[in-house]
Amino acid sequence: MTTTTEPTTSAVEPSSSRPPNSWGLGDGQAIPWEYAPAPESREIVRIRERYGLFIGGRDVAASDGATFGTINPATEETLAQVARATPADVDKAVRAARRAQTRSWGTLPGRERAKYLFRIARILQERSREFAVLESMDSGKPIKESRDIDVPLAAAHFWYYAGWADKLDYAFPNRTAHPLGVAAQVIPWNFPLLMLSWKIAPALAAGNTVVLKPASTTPLSALLFAEVCRQADLPPGVVNIITGPGEIGMALVTHPDVNKVAFTGSTAVGRLIAKGIAGQGKALTLELGGKAANIVFEDAPLDQAVEGIVNGIYFNQGEVCCAGSRLLVQESIAGQLIDKLKDRLATIRVGDPLDKNTDVGAINSRAQLEKITELVAAGVAEGADLYQPACDLPARGFFFRPTLFTNVAQSHRIAKEEIFGPVLSTLTFRTPEEAIEKANNTPYGLSAGIWTDKGSRILMMASRLRAGVIWANTFNKFDPASPFGGYKESGFGREGGLPGLLAYVRLEDR
Amino acid sequence: MAARRVATAVTATAATVNAPAATAKGAARIEVRKTYKLYIGGAFPRTESGRTYLVSTPRGEPLANACRASRKDVREAVRVARAAFGPWAARTAMNRGQILYRVAELMEGRRDQFITEVAAGEGLSLGRASDAVDRSIDRWVWYAGWADKIAQVLGSSNPVAGSYFNFTVPEATGVVGLVAPERSSLLGLVSRLAPVLVSGSVAVVVTSETRPLAAVTLAEVLATSDVPSGVVNILTGLKRELVPVLAAHDDVDTIDTWGVDPAMLPEVEISAAENIKRLARRPHGTTDEAFDWMDERAAQRPEWIAAFLEMKTVWHPIGA
Repeated sequence: MTTTTEPTTSAVEPSSSRPPNSWGLGDGQAIPWEYAPAPESREIVRIRERYGLFIGGRDVAASDGATFGTINPATEETLAQVARATPADVDKAVRAARRAQTRSWGTLPGRERAKYLFRIARILQERSREFAVLESMDSGKPIKESRDIDVPLAAAHFWYYAGWADKLDYAFPNRTAHPLGVAAQVIPWNFPLLMLSWKIAPALAAGNTVVLKPASTTPLSALLFAEVCRQADLPPGVVNIITGPGEIGMALVTHPDVNKVAFTGSTAVGRLIAKGIAGQGKALTLELGGKAANIVFEDAPLDQAVEGIVNGIYFNQGEVCCAGSRLLVQESIAGQLIDKLKDRLATIRVGDPLDKNTDVGAINSRAQLEKITELVAAGVAEGADLYQPACDLPARGFFFRPTLFTNVAQSHRIAKEEIFGPVLSTLTFRTPEEAIEKANNTPYGLSAGIWTDKGSRILMMASRLRAGVIWANTFNKFDPASPFGGYKESGFGREGGLPGLLAYVRLEDR
Repeated sequence: MAARRVATAVTATAATVNAPAATAKGAARIEVRKTYKLYIGGAFPRTESGRTYLVSTPRGEPLANACRASRKDVREAVRVARAAFGPWAARTAMNRGQILYRVAELMEGRRDQFITEVAAGEGLSLGRASDAVDRSIDRWVWYAGWADKIAQVLGSSNPVAGSYFNFTVPEATGVVGLVAPERSSLLGLVSRLAPVLVSGSVAVVVTSETRPLAAVTLAEVLATSDVPSGVVNILTGLKRELVPVLAAHDDVDTIDTWGVDPAMLPEVEISAAENIKRLARRPHGTTDEAFDWMDERAAQRPEWIAAFLEMKTVWHPIGA
């Protein structure tokens, strides 16, 4: 590394001795702007004390009456008690889905399915603020992001796939697309509503019915979505939502009457699921972990690149499978870029997810916070240089400072393991060849970023990086028309676009 | 062990090009028999284990000793396949198409030999064996033509809601562990192998266990074609020994389970999950025994190429 003048900072207590007016000196010690609180009102959300499972269009308690609490990770207050499904409930939900698939949804003409999906998209738009606030409360993500990204994109996914429901004959020429049947879908806690929409919209468009299990720490937006299904008059059983721990997800995917399994989450759990359903002949798509390289060449527009790096790793607290968690900088500009990055980090606002100014909200759970803390400690222990801006963290809740490591070696845990937190590991390279080598040196292959002004280099890099999504001079962009998914151990199958629809159909020759 | 050889086994049913020729004095010429070996990295080694097994016709007439490959042979084949992958995937689509077409050209030249071998190995009449060989040759031609078209069928430019150029292109997955159909020794194998090659992926093939000989002759065609060394590697042997090793190998990206015994499938899929292997599976409701490889609609499909491809999406902002 070429940066030699790094201030000594500790993971626990950042330096508080900030010289005045030091903005832009690359020491990261700029005086932060003071922001008046700008809280989004919670009034729009009415959280019930208790939520049941959504099975066959009805709100039902777990068969043994058990519940578990879901908390607001920013305050640690319990938001609601949610039913803890049992294997008997899983069976009930799969039966309800089967019944709906064979009796109503599977036989409904595509144009009618389309109208239901359009309705859902519209209701999500109408109730978007409510969803955004609830999502931020239950997950810890900044309201800015839930409001401007998660919820609008979720609605857009339903909108996009609604239009396919009556056009399947044009989607797959020479083939008749049949639904697979009942889809078991297990989604993570980082984008609860958005992942729900990625799963449910294409499944329903193709004529499948679903049983979806949201993550145990973020069940509320899925349960509010159940209300949307009712408002849309969706036939009972087309969408079923069961809540509970990971074992219930496993019981769901291994249920013998499930035809299709779709999972988004960690590679470790994806592996368990693939093993759990081995030999059962179920269709499977997996969207798993990542350790994306964000590669900055010396000719890149640096200020733009800095924004892209920040968006790449601090968006949603870095709890993003495609996060640009490995920064690969060309050696000639490493010092300059790191200085700029440190300045930028000093302006990041960490805190209340419901504050409209907040850039980085709360980490989703105590367990996740502990995992991040552990990996950051490993980074320090293995000899990488740690930098964190001096920002105050709320006294309660699960928060972590935006973290930047320099002097990282490829063998360090922080360069190899998915941290799923606001932690960036910086490595350097000299030639494009070395950048490709390092970027691909991981079992993952979900995404990658390229920053350069040279078009031919972008296209060369894009074709040689072994990852499913390549962002060139941008990062972390998503769209329902844009297929998303990984190479290698980041999973298989795509979500979004036509490939996303393909994951939910069985093609028969005409 | 008195293994009768392919040519002599076939002469029982019909005259063939390989039939022993009588000399002028009536003494039969002693034929030069073929040693069936493995095909790894463009060479024809024997198995490192030194083992063979006896291959017979479906009626039980011995045909030849085939190599009984070992787990070390599998590992070596995967190693050379991985090394061959990058350059093969980097060929232009048109070039790959021409190379596949060249395989058809060379098979055509060896047509009679294949007919003899398929007839003996699969217990078919010469007429039916001839149909299977012709269809195998035609199948290479069909897939050759896909090389520079599949990206246009599967790829897309995506109308995202923002100022971005966004496109999706298919790319080759990598190393494919191909467990060949058990019954159809040549046509079945070609039908599974050609899509791997046209995708830009590379293959480690475990041949039909009971009918491996035509695959070895196919290897001889590949070796003299323009398919680069290591792109196709062919192992004969016992599936119960070889398939678990292939399924568990971390440097295999996809496993084609067509020729896996259904009883063995759960174990194979469990091993495959370890490194999140892609599974290329038989279509819904089909069996290896009953599948009609002669049916062009069913047995040659662009979807089968797609099984060995990854979709890559690229974003770039649009601006001044």
